[in-house]
Amino acid sequence: MTPTIVLPLMIGGLYAAGVYLLLDRSLTRVLLGFLLLGNATNLLLLSGGGPAGLAPILGYSDAEEINDPLPQALILTAIVITFGVAAFVLAMIHRSWRLVREEVVGTDEEDRRVAARRAPDADELDPDDLAPDDRIAGHADSLAGDAEELADDVDLPAGSAGR
Amino acid sequence: MIALLTLYLLAALLAPLVVRWWGRQAFLVLALVPGAGFVWTLLQLGSVLAGDDVRETVPWVPALQLEVALRLDALALTFAAFVTGVGALVLVYCARYFSPDDEGTGRFAGCLTAFAGSMLGLVLADDLLLLYVFWELTTVFSFLLIGGSGRRLAARRAASQALVLTTAGGLAMLVGLILIGQASGSFLLSEVVADPGSGTAVVWGAVLVLAGAVTKSALVPFHFWLPAAMEAPTPVSAYLHAAAMVKAGVYVVARLAPGLADVPGWRPLVLGLGVATMLVGGYRSLRQRDLKLLLAFGTVSQLGFLVTLVGAGSHELAAAGLVMTLAHALFKSTLFLTVGVIDHATGTRDLTRLSGLGRRLPVLAVAATAAAASMAGLPPLLGFVGKEAAFTALLDGGLPDRTAALTVLAGLVAGSVLTAAYTARFVWGAFARKPGAADTDVGHAPDPLFVAAPVVLALTGLVLGPASPLLDGLVAAYAGTLPLLAPEAEHLALWHGWQPALALSALTVAGGAVLFALRAPVLRLQKRFAVGASADEGYWNVLQGVDRLSVLVTGTTQRGSLPAYLGTILVAVLALPGVLLLTRAPWPGEWRAWDTPVQAVVGVVVVTAAALTLRIRQRLSAVLVVGVTGYGIAVVFALQGAPDLALTQFLVETLTLVVFVLVLRKLPKDITERHRPRERAVRGVIAVAVGAFMAAVGAVALSSRTATPVSEDYPGPAYDFGGGNNVVNVTLVDIRAWDTLGEVSLLVVAATGVASLVFLRRRTGGVDRAPRTELVQERERARRAPRDRWLAATATLDPARRSVVLEVVTRLLFHTITVFSLYLLFSGHNEPGGGFAGGLVAGLALVLRYLAGGRYELGEAAPVAPGLLLGSGLLFAGGTGIVGLALGAGVLQTAILQATVPVLGDVKLVTSLFFDIGVYLIVVGLVLDVLRSLGAELDRQEDQEDPVELDPGEMVLR
Repeated sequence: MTPTIVLPLMIGGLYAAGVYLLLDRSLTRVLLGFLLLGNATNLLLLSGGGPAGLAPILGYSDAEEINDPLPQALILTAIVITFGVAAFVLAMIHRSWRLVREEVVGTDEEDRRVAARRAPDADELDPDDLAPDDRIAGHADSLAGDAEELADDVDLPAGSAGR
Repeated sequence: MIALLTLYLLAALLAPLVVRWWGRQAFLVLALVPGAGFVWTLLQLGSVLAGDDVRETVPWVPALQLEVALRLDALALTFAAFVTGVGALVLVYCARYFSPDDEGTGRFAGCLTAFAGSMLGLVLADDLLLLYVFWELTTVFSFLLIGGSGRRLAARRAASQALVLTTAGGLAMLVGLILIGQASGSFLLSEVVADPGSGTAVVWGAVLVLAGAVTKSALVPFHFWLPAAMEAPTPVSAYLHAAAMVKAGVYVVARLAPGLADVPGWRPLVLGLGVATMLVGGYRSLRQRDLKLLLAFGTVSQLGFLVTLVGAGSHELAAAGLVMTLAHALFKSTLFLTVGVIDHATGTRDLTRLSGLGRRLPVLAVAATAAAASMAGLPPLLGFVGKEAAFTALLDGGLPDRTAALTVLAGLVAGSVLTAAYTARFVWGAFARKPGAADTDVGHAPDPLFVAAPVVLALTGLVLGPASPLLDGLVAAYAGTLPLLAPEAEHLALWHGWQPALALSALTVAGGAVLFALRAPVLRLQKRFAVGASADEGYWNVLQGVDRLSVLVTGTTQRGSLPAYLGTILVAVLALPGVLLLTRAPWPGEWRAWDTPVQAVVGVVVVTAAALTLRIRQRLSAVLVVGVTGYGIAVVFALQGAPDLALTQFLVETLTLVVFVLVLRKLPKDITERHRPRERAVRGVIAVAVGAFMAAVGAVALSSRTATPVSEDYPGPAYDFGGGNNVVNVTLVDIRAWDTLGEVSLLVVAATGVASLVFLRRRTGGVDRAPRTELVQERERARRAPRDRWLAATATLDPARRSVVLEVVTRLLFHTITVFSLYLLFSGHNEPGGGFAGGLVAGLALVLRYLAGGRYELGEAAPVAPGLLLGSGLLFAGGTGIVGLALGAGVLQTAILQATVPVLGDVKLVTSLFFDIGVYLIVVGLVLDVLRSLGAELDRQEDQEDPVELDPGEMVLR
């Protein structure tokens, strides 16, 4: 099929503007970018359906002359879903404004903390770095740890073995 | 068998409840379940010995050829007998081990029972994948049992170590099982063993399955998790780490040895690791002071011994291995339970502090000594019979290669010397009176029931020694599946006459006695040759390395900036598909300018508007300009021949504007610019590149289309089966109704999300109706004929905020719009319209009422909770699908009912109308939810108190 010049240009323009806004830190701009991307995508789907035709309504037009109904059905639900998601992002913007009086995509503090993390969790520590009570049973016998106690088998001071 | 497993499952589920009712006595009731299993297992002995395996098969997932196939043959019966028997005794023991006021006993009882059931399932499974399922179940329950309450760090670490190691092995085993199943063409164990197939797949399969068995049975180099697991309560050690879980690896090796023993790599792995484990375990055991740890390392040693025997792949060694497995289950459980009793009575397990217990606890001491004698291989106990059989077998044959056989024999004898030595150390440590140490105080004499379990187990080992010829049939039934390498098969017996094996037995006992007598020099020697590194430390180092690596990777890739992530994704899109598009895609040969010239005009408007949004800093203006692109697209839809889309786009665009304004009135007028010029430049480059890329994609996709679109065939069936003229609508409610159902569900989620972000603590607020009294007063003040309640809530508004024009327009239009929305809904099947468009129009009618009359008017206009609309909408849409199913048609299939009704004439009812009604309700619910939360609720917050305070001089759009 032969593509038009107008539709790809519209698609490209909308995508470019949408992406530019999407990369902003302001949530309002992100949302505007999202709406532009939604429009651009719908247009892309529509242009994929081929050249313009008559409305796909039987009785009003012949089956041969109609515009492809499948992309239309896909776009129709996409339009309404875009609205639902936009409303959700708006609610988020409102929430963010009420909480911190900002509506920006901030830096994720958790990610920063992970990046700055130095010490591992206690559950992953080397057994030798733990308090003797926290060492697991099998480790207690490592000879380095209690060489003294093993020096004599019988007359030991009341030690720390066992639970 | 399935009934038995179900019984375990029920018991495990009920266990916490039963424990709550009866306290620790509940264990006695729970013990009945494995007890019943034990009785049932023994009852099958006759038919199994006669060569009739007991089988049960129930289809499970036919598409994956997965079935619950259970089989009880001689090997399974032996394992099942001690899994159920020891299980019952351990549960009885638990009834006295725990104090009546212990916390978490119910949870423990449930886990232990569930574990016992999984273990039984594991030995009964005849399907490779079912075997794997039970295998992992035992891993999970062992994790829960070792971890206990999870409050102690040491227990948590021991549990996670066991879990990490055994699951890693288990996953390797899964791959191995699948390889073997594919190579042999069957996933039934019985058929795999009979014909395992050949080739590298089988070799790798065998190695991977061995990896699973090695980790589970705690062989070198993964032996360290077992001593660590001694953090668990003693009954767990006695059951999981003596009789059951660690035997799973032995079981799998024994089960597959008849088929896989001759696979290259099997024997070196099994024999090498087995003998090494036996030596390492015995050596480490000799220096333990904690009785339980001593036994744990002893268990490691014995597991190496058992795997060596059952994995060797010969009749005679397999027979010896099976006897030793049984003997080990009996004596090791006894010894663990003994340690539990000692720990309970004296409060310590340290053998340097225990002294003179033999006289204080004579019954226990006798039982434990009998079990220990079995472990050391002293006659007349079962352990002696097994060890003799193993030595005899290796002297006469046992392995195809003589040198290997003799090497293994030397290893086993050395291991047995160590075994005898640590056995002596155990008995001496637990019961002997030590010079210079005061007799240990026994706090309270153990309850007879507490001692019953170890005594019964020790007695069984004692009786089975002389009675070992009785086991001969059972053992031979399994061993017979393996080739006999010795000149003749030895029968099990206590006395075989004067033969070399007897001398070896005597040698091991004497060697053990010498090692024990020289225990002080031996310890000094161990200390002197202590190796700095251990497998345990290696494990923790590896784990820490992985942890550091993950932090490093997360820290370097996740910088916490959303624009950076999005930019990375987009650059990847340009780099990969973009390059492909440039180099490989067929470019369109010819171009058309436009479909219609109007298209070009609209295109210029849309692209200009899009470009303008980039520079506009005023929020509201930016939104309006984006709206222009939306309306422009609607025109393009109309020109393209898509009236439904144009209608929907117009409606949605209008609604979006309204909702934007509702929220933006709370925000500052201008958007703050937060980006440096350089960032903006980078964004611009990415944006232009992505725009060009997508434009090219659109053009190339269209020009390179070769296949006929599926939708070519839509119009005919749309009318014949869907019963409608509007092909797009029929596509939505019938042809692709599943899609639509998913999409409207998404709308429900979005609406719920909006409401929860605003209302926070509830799904929605109550329906805000205008206060009656205020309305009545208003009416009286007006001194006019009552105007009923039509738009009455406007009375609650501040007069300055009322608009007479809007109120009049609303009064004129509201009903008309509502009727129009219903018209769109009902006619949508044949004309432009449908549930989406109708619902949006009804939503706009509500918007009108809200704008004219404020939040109370919204409550008056739609006195229902939005959740109700959304829910009933989903019910309608989903219900239509179920009705179709109930009528015998496909899900969501349309039925056409046609009738002539007196007044209305010809009526054609299509059931997909109800689906569309569901869509309509959901869309109305969505709009109402948005108005309720972003409109009415924000009004209410402002009316009452607004926690947002303004800086002096700051402007907020209202």
